[in-house]
Amino acid sequence: MKLLLTGARVIDPSQNMDISADVLLENGKITDIAPELGKTLDSKSPAKVKTIDLSGMIVVPGLIDMHVHLREPGFEYKETIASGSAAAVAGGFTSVACMPNSAPVNDNRSITEFIRRKAAEASLVNVYPIGAISKDSAGTQLTEFWDLKEAGIVALSDDGKPVMDAALMRRALEYASSLGLPVISHCEDSNLSSGGLMNEGYYSTILGLRGIPSIAEEAMVARDILIAEFTRTSVHIAHVSTTGSVRLIREAKKRGLQVTAETAPHYFTLTDESLQSYDTNFKINPPLRNVADVTAIKEGLADGTLDAIACDHAPHGRTDKEVEFEYASFGITGLETSLGLSLQLISDGVLTFPELIAKMSINPARILNLPKGTLKPGVDADITVIDPKLKWEVNVKAFRSRGKNSPFHGHQMQGRAMMTIVSGEIKYDGR
Amino acid sequence: MKFGKKDILGIKDLTPDEINLILETAESFLEISTREIKKVPTLRGKSIINLFYEASTRTRTSFEIAGKRLSADTINISASTSSVVKGETLIDTARNLEAMNPDVIVIRHSAAGAPHMLARLLRQSIINAGDGAHEHPTQALLDMMTIKEKKGKIAGLKVAIVGDIMHSRVARSNIYGLSKMGAKVVLAGPATMLPRNIEQMGVAVYTNLEDAIRDADVVMMLRIQLERQKQSIFPSLREYAQHYCLNRTNIKQAKKDVIVMHPGPMNRGVEISPDIADDPSCSVILDQVNNGVAVRMALLYLLTGGNE
Repeated sequence: MKLLLTGARVIDPSQNMDISADVLLENGKITDIAPELGKTLDSKSPAKVKTIDLSGMIVVPGLIDMHVHLREPGFEYKETIASGSAAAVAGGFTSVACMPNSAPVNDNRSITEFIRRKAAEASLVNVYPIGAISKDSAGTQLTEFWDLKEAGIVALSDDGKPVMDAALMRRALEYASSLGLPVISHCEDSNLSSGGLMNEGYYSTILGLRGIPSIAEEAMVARDILIAEFTRTSVHIAHVSTTGSVRLIREAKKRGLQVTAETAPHYFTLTDESLQSYDTNFKINPPLRNVADVTAIKEGLADGTLDAIACDHAPHGRTDKEVEFEYASFGITGLETSLGLSLQLISDGVLTFPELIAKMSINPARILNLPKGTLKPGVDADITVIDPKLKWEVNVKAFRSRGKNSPFHGHQMQGRAMMTIVSGEIKYDGR
Repeated sequence: MKFGKKDILGIKDLTPDEINLILETAESFLEISTREIKKVPTLRGKSIINLFYEASTRTRTSFEIAGKRLSADTINISASTSSVVKGETLIDTARNLEAMNPDVIVIRHSAAGAPHMLARLLRQSIINAGDGAHEHPTQALLDMMTIKEKKGKIAGLKVAIVGDIMHSRVARSNIYGLSKMGAKVVLAGPATMLPRNIEQMGVAVYTNLEDAIRDADVVMMLRIQLERQKQSIFPSLREYAQHYCLNRTNIKQAKKDVIVMHPGPMNRGVEISPDIADDPSCSVILDQVNNGVAVRMALLYLLTGGNE
């Protein structure tokens, strides 16, 4: 079976490609990209080719979100691997990497295998499990990295919890480097952030909510950069939210250290001022910061300090959020709004279209060593089709995710994924 | 003037005109508490629920008396005796109470924003009787009433608020209220008790008691919560008292006719020396309590449409 996508603008940052062309898919692989490809094919064997007219659309490598929480096993009322996969393809993602903070934690081979089996049953999106750095993510004893890698993890992280013990983090970076496994650090000094509910600043002061200071993140970013430098290893910094973190990572990269970083759409879209309603959908960790931080995040994206955009998809049930602010769970459900919010960076002049797509495809693929994020002939045909003009309004009731906990309900967006193709199969068609 | 508010969640949401209306209404109610029969039929047939998720003697009693003096039926629910111990959520508790058709729900809760959540969900009027470290609007109103009563005005006065500003809902509500009414508010406390960017609220901030109360017309001392010592907010009560306790010596920095306030309950000898607290020439602490009943009567009256 052949599939021909015609009439679209094709953007593939992995090959510096930005052209009007047709894309040919064959047996789940990309076989050719060239202008007017349809005409030559038609004359050869028209019957065997299914043609999809994508005039006005943009074809990009299948988007990758390297930081999601799929909640299964353990919290199926929040999300399942199947519902999270459905949310992913609806949001334009063909691959996601899921954090290990399920219950039980993904700290051993059997959980990794379970996740992969569930993902295969759902058969919508490529799910790459991330294994825990420490057993039960308790921060005391390393997991069996080797065994986890053989079971199929692509990275290590205790996300949701920081690795407070610097010696353990050092050993984790060293041991992981010998296996070529990236380590993703959730940077938070839990003594500094203890009991905190939102960014520490003017708004936490007037709202009477315990603050999480920016230094809780920055102190750990600095520590992990130092550990990576000393041990000559690499580290990836998750969900960067502050000016100081951007500065530290920028300096580290300038000195040639192997540091990569991601941020999430809410950190360049919202500020802590939004919390004035005590709406628990704005409660997230790291917290929404101030206007200067939002500017710094955008600068970090623009100058390449921040390599990737990942939404930190954190679905929750109603019972987790419909409580007093203090008791509510942290997190925003993000897979179905991530692309729309990120496209705003183009209209704002922060990134070009190819730069944005790189941060959502080839860059995370390189960080996680995935053979993805590219349209080079021969690779799996993972493709996202974007309608850049379509105006729409976010409606959480229409989410495929079980988590309706989005602060963007009612938000006006421009641009969304219209079709998501995974290994040559159309897994989502929003046309 | 018609009082247009459904709820009293914080002083932040009130205009100076609304504050004046509340204070004037409260002043007119003061006299009822001095009668031999301390009861008027104004709110007969109305019911008021006092939903207290945090321990309180003064505020809860004050609301209860306020309701009863207006002939409303008042029902007290405290967290220890209610379905809270059975794990019911605040929303479920509130919806059940709503179904019983009270007119006003007064809520105190340790979580900031809890009254706002109820106000969004319920059709009844909600009065915030203190939410976490956020606001305590009825306390600020009774403080403003007391200042006005003793000084004849609020505008132009210098008011010093001293102590653990970080954890104080009384401080926040008073900063909003006194600033709106034209007073100059200054704060003092060790830097660990001063929340970040508090000066953006339009106040001057000192870490030294004497500097803050210099030429003050009003000094408001805040309660030090002893459990804060464990969080390293301050090293010891002894050291705190040596530097932040209002006493005979340091009070000389303030104006001669200074009045001293405290929202209670006091830690005698920690933030306020007993002889200052009990000195009728400066201490207005018990006037605050008396005015508290009148302010709460005024709010119950205004929220149930009494002045329409």
